[in-house]
Amino acid sequence: MALDQSFVGRTYPPTPAYEVGREKIREFAEAVGDANPAYVEPEAAKALGYPDVIAPPTFVFSITFKAAGQVVRDPQLGLDYSRVVHGDQKFAYTRPVRAGDRLTVTSTIETIKSLAGNDIVDVRGEVHDESGEHVVTAWTKLVARAAEEA
Amino acid sequence: MTASKAYESVEVGTELPARSFPVTRASLVQYAGASGDFNPIHWNERFAREVGLPDVIAHGMFTMAEAIRVVTDWVGDPGAVVEYGVRFTKPVVVPDDETGATVEVSGKVAAKLDDNLVRVDLVAMSDGKKVLGMSRAVVRLA
Repeated sequence: MALDQSFVGRTYPPTPAYEVGREKIREFAEAVGDANPAYVEPEAAKALGYPDVIAPPTFVFSITFKAAGQVVRDPQLGLDYSRVVHGDQKFAYTRPVRAGDRLTVTSTIETIKSLAGNDIVDVRGEVHDESGEHVVTAWTKLVARAAEEA
Repeated sequence: MTASKAYESVEVGTELPARSFPVTRASLVQYAGASGDFNPIHWNERFAREVGLPDVIAHGMFTMAEAIRVVTDWVGDPGAVVEYGVRFTKPVVVPDDETGATVEVSGKVAAKLDDNLVRVDLVAMSDGKKVLGMSRAVVRLA
């Protein structure tokens, strides 16, 4: 089924704020096996010039993907979410995410196309802090694989 | 930011220390919990095979998180990463045994940019296959 092209360029309202906790950062850093002290020791982060522990570069994906999920599950878009795989991922940072941040995500559908039966949707998530300053932008390419012939 | 690596000390072609990252089923369960991504293809072999995969596969974002450690360990300050992007080209297949899979990551400086920025190109391999493509980070050096 062809996707609804009228969704291209559509921007969704900002998500409710996600508060970044020190222990959530620690849990994530441990899960990826990364022992960098800037993720768990406030003093180590301060020595690098940050007010509190910072998050590993890909931590923010959990927040932006949840926001993107609400967009691409919009039934009017017509994407078969059960067949979706992650194609590309990119981040551009103004600063690292850190403990105490209250982050909102504003998602925009950048492109929609079909290639060889696969439906491809690019979603951009702009992440801002409580004061409205930009923190990071995440670009996520989702590919709904073509259904097998019955 | 306090990158420990000086811009003047690197050249195009400078190699970053390569790393080898183990991935077991336990790693994936732990990552699922920490990230909130509970897609069963990352922990349920029966489900993974039903949807045409050879076995349980690692979260692409887990592999992406491992690969950037080659850069953040090199530069010291993880906040020095300005851009990071990858393409998920092949899955990392994780068998149900004690050793699991291994992701081998290497990187080298591909370009020196303005403002003390360098572009690092990363290569991530597992079981002889390139699991990340177009894997690039832009990082600010001292």
